[in-house]
Amino acid sequence: MRVALFLTCVNDTLYPDTGRAVVKLLTRLGVEVDFPAAQTCCGQPHYNTGYRREAEPLARHYSDVFGPGLASSDYDAIITPSGSCAAMVRELYPRMGERARAEGRGDRLAATLAPVIPKTYELTEFLVDVLGVTDVGAHYPHKVTYHPTCHGLRSLGLGDRPTQLLRAVKGLELVELPGAQECCGFGGTFAVKNSDVSAAMGTDKVRNAESTGADILCAADNSCLMHIGGTMSRLKVGMRPVHIAEILASTEEDPLS
Amino acid sequence: MSGTFVGMPAFPKAAHDAVRNTTLRANLRHATHTIRDKRARAVAELDDWAQLREAGKQIKDHTLRHLEHYLVQLEESVTAAGGTVHWAADADEANRIVTRLVRDTGESEVVKVKSMATQEIGLNEHLEAEGIHAYETDLAELIVQLGDDRPSHILVPAIHRNRGEIRDIFEKEMGRWGRPAPDGLSDTPAELAEAARLHLREKFLRAKVGVSGANFMVAETGTLVVVESEGNGRMCLTLPETLISVVGIEKIVPTWRDLEVFLQTLPRSSTAERMNPYTSMWTGTSDGDGPQTFHLVLIDNGRTDTLADEVGRQALRCIRCSACLNVCPVYERAGGHAYGSVYPGPIGAILSPQLRGTTSDIDASLPYASSLCGACYEVCPVAIDIPEVLVHLRERVVQGGEVTRRGAKVTLKPAKGHAAERAAMRAARWAFTHPAALATGQRLASRTRRFHPRTLPGPGRAWTATRDLPAIPAEPFRDWWQRTDGGKDAGK
Ligand code: SF4
Repeated sequence: MRVALFLTCVNDTLYPDTGRAVVKLLTRLGVEVDFPAAQTCCGQPHYNTGYRREAEPLARHYSDVFGPGLASSDYDAIITPSGSCAAMVRELYPRMGERARAEGRGDRLAATLAPVIPKTYELTEFLVDVLGVTDVGAHYPHKVTYHPTCHGLRSLGLGDRPTQLLRAVKGLELVELPGAQECCGFGGTFAVKNSDVSAAMGTDKVRNAESTGADILCAADNSCLMHIGGTMSRLKVGMRPVHIAEILASTEEDPLS
Repeated sequence: MSGTFVGMPAFPKAAHDAVRNTTLRANLRHATHTIRDKRARAVAELDDWAQLREAGKQIKDHTLRHLEHYLVQLEESVTAAGGTVHWAADADEANRIVTRLVRDTGESEVVKVKSMATQEIGLNEHLEAEGIHAYETDLAELIVQLGDDRPSHILVPAIHRNRGEIRDIFEKEMGRWGRPAPDGLSDTPAELAEAARLHLREKFLRAKVGVSGANFMVAETGTLVVVESEGNGRMCLTLPETLISVVGIEKIVPTWRDLEVFLQTLPRSSTAERMNPYTSMWTGTSDGDGPQTFHLVLIDNGRTDTLADEVGRQALRCIRCSACLNVCPVYERAGGHAYGSVYPGPIGAILSPQLRGTTSDIDASLPYASSLCGACYEVCPVAIDIPEVLVHLRERVVQGGEVTRRGAKVTLKPAKGHAAERAAMRAARWAFTHPAALATGQRLASRTRRFHPRTLPGPGRAWTATRDLPAIPAEPFRDWWQRTDGGKDAGK
């Protein structure tokens, strides 16, 4: 199987370790990974802030990079280690196509986006649903609590896929996070536009995480982890935010540093 | 106290103090978490919840699509049952109509129950200015009124108050409005309820005019429906000689049978009860029983304009259950007052900017009063996709565009104060459609990473005020990928 990695702009720029972990993990599972270098951003920051028309060229760009047309782009799937970017493609790209149609701009946008929408998978979804594995052969001897991010939880409906994967990791002790389903308060530009409320939500999330006694807080979205981790660091809470891909990539021979 | 709250500061400013008010935060947290857990249990009891939700959505959508037809039918059936229907295009007109109707009775006092519509139009203040006293009889409304306060929740307008605060308000204020609070009043719920009951009983028995809202209006029979938990509503609806019901035009359902759906979904979503304790229904007038004169004032006040918006119109499906408020993490921290309207929380964030337009500071900021976490959509019993409407309204704020105001198409200019953001979004779009430029930028950031500040200037300051920035990595992923031939030469 040959897949394209859509790393997302946040991961590429700020969290390259996540990308390296995904490559390592998928390669170990026998999947051939390609990273189309022309990829950039799915357009979610634009779309969710009210700049739908500015997001359209980015959605078209995504389709150009990952869709059919280019000889090299005949991928079986497009994998992204971000629930929120996967939700953008799967839930909001169709909506963008519909809106363009409703505005009398015809079917072009919808037709351009159509091929990439069903092929885009969030990482844990791909592992469990497409590869059919829950034990990825990982080793990670830590006490971990899992925060299901809103888009993964509610837009994609990831359910217990991430926790199934975590439970199968050798040495890992999974502890339940109180109020797990509550938003951490990131919300893209919300974190800046309503920073008081965002910070209050982040603090509550961190306090809940702290109460579990875990040393690692894991999630499947680096943007939420950036907000939670930034809050932890400011509150001097001795916990580490870690992306699930890094835990799943970690093995006894080659542990996560 | 102001009914319509125009001139409120933008949401972030209004939320600023609330977030720091620890009593308020604790009151809200306790109340919303209790009710949200109970709601989840009450909903889980029904295995056809998904179907009921879909049915509720369909009934409302159908009715809204044929609103004209059903409104005409309603007017005919109300008239046939002995009532009189009045139409009000906006708040002013509605207030004038109600004032005239009260004046015609020769009374200068009214008792009121269950009416967000009258709060929306600021009726109490208007009546007061005309020398007519309006007494709220719903327990929570009474607390709000006595405390010279504003409601902060759809269902529990005094949710921001705890028992101690309520006792103090009763002790201090009841005497000024009628029967004073009993001596040595404690803060137990039973004593507080008894004090309210005694205070209100006097008003019910004296009042000749009642003003109410309604949860539903049945077009085929002209029946109005109020669901409540205290029984005060029933007194208010049956004791006075004249009843004036002020209702938004979207509250209509076509047939009696349609109530079947909502009388299951509403109580479970709002109070987590299987059935609400009091369901009162009234159809026109009948000799020797209940009010002898009945007026129905139907208010538009921005509703048909909202209906003209394809994406936003779903907000009119709302049955005011308040489930979305109780699960909203933003509401929980910011409190209801920050939303600057009788409709707080997620529904308020999409309803107010549609009913009032997006031109004031508060209305332009409301679509951003959400992290788009989607919890509101998940619980909404009529499946209003609140995040979808929020993003749609954000677009209206930043890009402007065509909207319907008072029935006419107008083109809105983009709201002020978004120019820098718009430029940033455009620049980002440019970089994101030019991968080479993006890569250069990333490399530059990596190379200069030691010089990056820990606190940011401008809007970024809001981020670094409470959170640390992540460190910029030595090498962006795309460079690593290139350097190591897709990880194959990764010696590290
Ligand atoms: S929007 Fe939905 S959940 Fe919120 S009050 Fe209205 S009906 Fe209830």
